[in-house]
Amino acid sequence: MPEITRDEVAHLADLARIDLSDAELDHLAPQLTVILESVASISGVAGDDVPPTSHALPLTNVFREDVNTPCLTPEQALSGAPAVEQQRFSVPRILGEEA
Amino acid sequence: MSIIRRTAAEIADALATGETTSVEVTRAHLDRIAEVDGAVHAFLHVDAEGALEQAAASDARRAAGAPLHALDGVPIAVKDVLATEGLPTTCGSKILEGWIPPYDATVVRKLRAAGLPILGKTNMDEFAMGSSTEHSAYGPTHNPWDLDRIPGGSGGGSAAAVASFEAPLALGTDTGGSIRQPGAVTGTVGVKPTYGGVSRYGLVALANSLDQVGPVTRTVLDSALLHELVGGHDPLDSTSIDQPLPSLVDAARRGATGDLTGVRVGVITELSGDGWQPGVMTRFQESVELLVKAGAEVVEVSCPTFVHALATYYLILPAEASSNLAKFDAMRYGLRVWPEGRPDASAEEVMRATRDAGFGDEVKRRIILGTYALSSGYYDAYYGQAQKVRTLISRDFEAAFAKADVLVSPTAPTTAFKLGEKLDDPLSMYLNDLATIPANLAGVPGISVPSGLADEDGLPAGFQILAPALADDRLYRVGAALEAALTDQWGGPLLDRAPELNGDVR
Repeated sequence: MPEITRDEVAHLADLARIDLSDAELDHLAPQLTVILESVASISGVAGDDVPPTSHALPLTNVFREDVNTPCLTPEQALSGAPAVEQQRFSVPRILGEEA
Repeated sequence: MSIIRRTAAEIADALATGETTSVEVTRAHLDRIAEVDGAVHAFLHVDAEGALEQAAASDARRAAGAPLHALDGVPIAVKDVLATEGLPTTCGSKILEGWIPPYDATVVRKLRAAGLPILGKTNMDEFAMGSSTEHSAYGPTHNPWDLDRIPGGSGGGSAAAVASFEAPLALGTDTGGSIRQPGAVTGTVGVKPTYGGVSRYGLVALANSLDQVGPVTRTVLDSALLHELVGGHDPLDSTSIDQPLPSLVDAARRGATGDLTGVRVGVITELSGDGWQPGVMTRFQESVELLVKAGAEVVEVSCPTFVHALATYYLILPAEASSNLAKFDAMRYGLRVWPEGRPDASAEEVMRATRDAGFGDEVKRRIILGTYALSSGYYDAYYGQAQKVRTLISRDFEAAFAKADVLVSPTAPTTAFKLGEKLDDPLSMYLNDLATIPANLAGVPGISVPSGLADEDGLPAGFQILAPALADDRLYRVGAALEAALTDQWGGPLLDRAPELNGDVR
């Protein structure tokens, strides 16, 4: 049976860039174990000869003519930004303290 | 009869004959929202001013003899997961609180181009993750049949809005049943079109390979009218099907004559048995018998892999959702939260704090689950295996559709449960989607039509009809025939039996 430990949940939350509190980790870990136990039932259902399906209906590449089409203005594109500076998205520093 | 209790088709007729105006109709619905939405909470945002302006413009077009569409002037509600230029779009999440999209989803653009006044945005489980609307960051929607119960989810807001006569039409989205299951538990009609049949451009993606936009209405004909309006090819959605829709309104009108001679109906063996509420099953059997009376031939079909559909879905969906929701990074739009007392925090630290503050429990659960299913070492065992089982489910459908023109089952295993009952029990919440999920995995279309009230609790149950990909017209033909037979038996629409919800509640 798969079990997902509190430490594993903490690691996954780290990968997913979510700061989970201790209380959230305590709460989530057992719930995820129950869910994983339940979905583990599909192991062995399909043999090696079964091809995977990523989309229900076959996908084909879609092309369009290489011409300019109307798009968002800079004001529109920036309209939902948490912070804007000089017509750009203003973000927190991206390098470490030492940089 | 009060205008708000009429169907969208009837309202369209009343507008065409000049019996009423769009401003009158729109105001009547806004009044109804003001009267009952405090108790129902179907709406996250109501745009009274905008809707009345659009209604006045519609009336001017009618007066000039130039309506844009048969539904020009018929108001509509839109699920809050669809981008609406100038109107907030939150997806039921704090992370998008106050976000106003700078563009319209294609389906919304089509509504505007046809002149339908947009009443507002409807409540939903956060990012469409849930079956009860309780995972909305803005509080749950209440079922108009019993305000202590869930309206289904994730599109509980859209279903409750049409069930409580706050809107004649609504748009929903269905990733695992989010249109059909709310339809079932609120006594309304909901359709998940063929995957690719309606554009997803401007739909905030939950799981790209499963999501579909579709109609939420009180009648089968109204769904057909709305489906024809919003459906069809869209170059902005690369998964959009590049061919015309079948004629859905014609199919609904043909079905309403009540003749199903020669139609083969397959009852899915695996979607019944333990865990299915007796009252739901009784209404289901009754509906099957009515289809037989209408001339249909009923066969039993087995879809053995369907028992694995739920597990398959709860691997594929979190995997897709966890990567889709990576875009909520606090940089370009939405919430930005700084870690407490850390004005010098890095972008990554801000991202972590924001995602913790902005996402609710269910979203976090599914992101973690998806991240797990996609991690190296587990990928083949979980996500890879789920994709293979998905193939087997599609094969089950192919085999079943060789024996039957449509497949049927109850839409959901139970009637509406009490608010709070399953909120912190994810697995038991997931079981609500047992019957609706296979269609999303295989991309086939499905409809839920009210089948009556369960004897034990007097709450609505739903009848699901599934058709092969691109054969959405069959849903409307069989659905309209069943609706006609049942309405005849009941002596009027099922919603006539729902509580009035006048201002005196709560």
